[in-house]
Amino acid sequence: MKRFGEVTAVAHLDLEVQRGECFALLGPNGAGKTTTVEILEGLQRQDAGSAELLGHRWGEGHDLELRQRIGVQLQDTQLGERLTVFETVRLFRSFYARGREVNETIALVGLTEKRHARVGKLSGGQKQRLALACALVAQPEILFLDEPTTGLDPQARLQIWGLVERFRSEGGTVLLTTHYMEEAARLADRVAIMDHGRIIALDTPAHLVASLGAEQIVEFEAAGPLPLERLAALPGVRAATRRNGTSTLEVAAIGEALPALLAELQRFGVGIESLRTHQPTLEDVFIRLTGRALRDG
Amino acid sequence: MGEASPSHPLLELTRARVLEFVREREAVFWVFVFPVLLALALGVAFRVRPVEKLRVGVVGDEGGQVTAALRAAADLEVVLLPDGEAEQQRRAGKLDLTVLCQRGEGGEGGVRLRLDPTRPESRTARLAVREALGGSTPTLVPILAEERVTAPGSRYIDFLVPGLVGLNLMGSGMWGIGFSVVVARTRKLLKRLAATPMRRSHYLLSFALSRLAFLVLEVAAVVGFGWVVFGVGVEGPLAVLALVCLVGALCFAGLGLLVAARPRSIEAVSGWLNLVMLPMWLLSGTFFSYERFPAVTHGAIRALPLTALNDALRAVMNRGVGLTATLPQLAVLGLWGIASFVVAVRIFRWQ
Repeated sequence: MKRFGEVTAVAHLDLEVQRGECFALLGPNGAGKTTTVEILEGLQRQDAGSAELLGHRWGEGHDLELRQRIGVQLQDTQLGERLTVFETVRLFRSFYARGREVNETIALVGLTEKRHARVGKLSGGQKQRLALACALVAQPEILFLDEPTTGLDPQARLQIWGLVERFRSEGGTVLLTTHYMEEAARLADRVAIMDHGRIIALDTPAHLVASLGAEQIVEFEAAGPLPLERLAALPGVRAATRRNGTSTLEVAAIGEALPALLAELQRFGVGIESLRTHQPTLEDVFIRLTGRALRDG
Repeated sequence: MGEASPSHPLLELTRARVLEFVREREAVFWVFVFPVLLALALGVAFRVRPVEKLRVGVVGDEGGQVTAALRAAADLEVVLLPDGEAEQQRRAGKLDLTVLCQRGEGGEGGVRLRLDPTRPESRTARLAVREALGGSTPTLVPILAEERVTAPGSRYIDFLVPGLVGLNLMGSGMWGIGFSVVVARTRKLLKRLAATPMRRSHYLLSFALSRLAFLVLEVAAVVGFGWVVFGVGVEGPLAVLALVCLVGALCFAGLGLLVAARPRSIEAVSGWLNLVMLPMWLLSGTFFSYERFPAVTHGAIRALPLTALNDALRAVMNRGVGLTATLPQLAVLGLWGIASFVVAVRIFRWQ
């Protein structure tokens, strides 16, 4: 548990990450993801409970050894802008007794052409790959990534994902936080969905999605209100929710549900403004569990 | 796989510090150019009189022969003065040289020259007077003797240059370190470093070491400028000057770290830096002597690190003292430096 004054950031957290696994903490901003990883990284101390990493606890005389074995990328760290890529990685390399060669690490993250560019001149995606290089130069056993792709364009995000997958393929363990459900779904073996400092679901992405029991998600905006109970009672519909004027139906049988929905709308004389259907995702799991969308925060 | 021997983290941290500093143009200006401009402006403003005419005082020239000969020289301004008055003016820098006329036993008279050879104007005046009196043959007036009287720190610029060296060592140490640390903190770089096995004392020491890298240049810029433009010499051993600067720089590196140990924003650290430095700007005798403050305050003022540094610098540069005479000041600086470094390491906020 971790408290900041009156606010309890994280409570009743119980999770175990296996070696070689990629584990994602998925949740909106303020869910307590960063607090959780920073406790594991030894950057914050929990107020109650215990955290164990590679068989040791922080503050029991093994801190330096632990730091040798982990690679960390923090949320929005800005590295010194006046150093070059090479100088930055070389600096970080010097902290580790063992590690990867500097140029090799730079090549790994695809920044060889930029090795003599100042950090201040890099794009957002390049800076993030440099941050990753500073973590990977340690040849860590565990890689901690706190929102590694927040604010990046899709291209840059794919590059980061590729690097994480490569690290995993070499046997590394990853603990990742994200508020992008695509990221968690693509990278993680298991996902813990966090909200208000608690884990509200923990399973593989496939199991989490399957837990909805829905084959399709139907979202629509209608010109007038329809009672949610009526929507939920339609054939083939498992559950109905509404936020910001958008109604969402979790549908077990789309062939039955869609005609029934349209008939219902007609019966109430309510015009339809838009309608979409998609395969259920982790986002839908989060909405089901919290009544809010991930990006609502 | 792994590299055999990566370089030492302390070396890498220091190198990074140095590179970051040289690549910041504003910082280079404030550390190297600004103090020189300040010395130039103040040196010119407080010059006693323009350089062109060299002012020579003549004492006891009854026949008027000496005065006439000197007046014939174009670049000399000659004034007749009684001995006491002439000496006073020379000490105050209003006279560049005094010519003391002596009537010999059998009418065989001559003159003695009295000058401060550390002043370039006096050296020039000496040449001009020698030429005016003895240039033609037969020798008009024999020069019997030369009295070289060094009155260290007699000019304002002599007083000012060591003070500027001290002020610059304080300013570059405290601003340089205070700002880099707090910027690194606001950018969460400190937190990132804390997540590595880097030893935290190495990070803090790298600031002190990087200060040393610039020390030579920084001091040389001001001292060299004072020497070339205003003829402010270093009377004492250069090694002692170097030691005083070194200890002074380390002392202010420690104080800079201490001030930067907690603040979370640039505004906050600026306020603290000003709070710490402003009293020393005023009290520590950079621009005017702290002797002007009531005597009861002198003990406290001498305990300030900048006072200790300025006093030691003036002792070496103006009065030419050796190591022993500067030990009390070095002790003051050392205590401040060590104490603030130790406290800074303990209370340092990494995130």
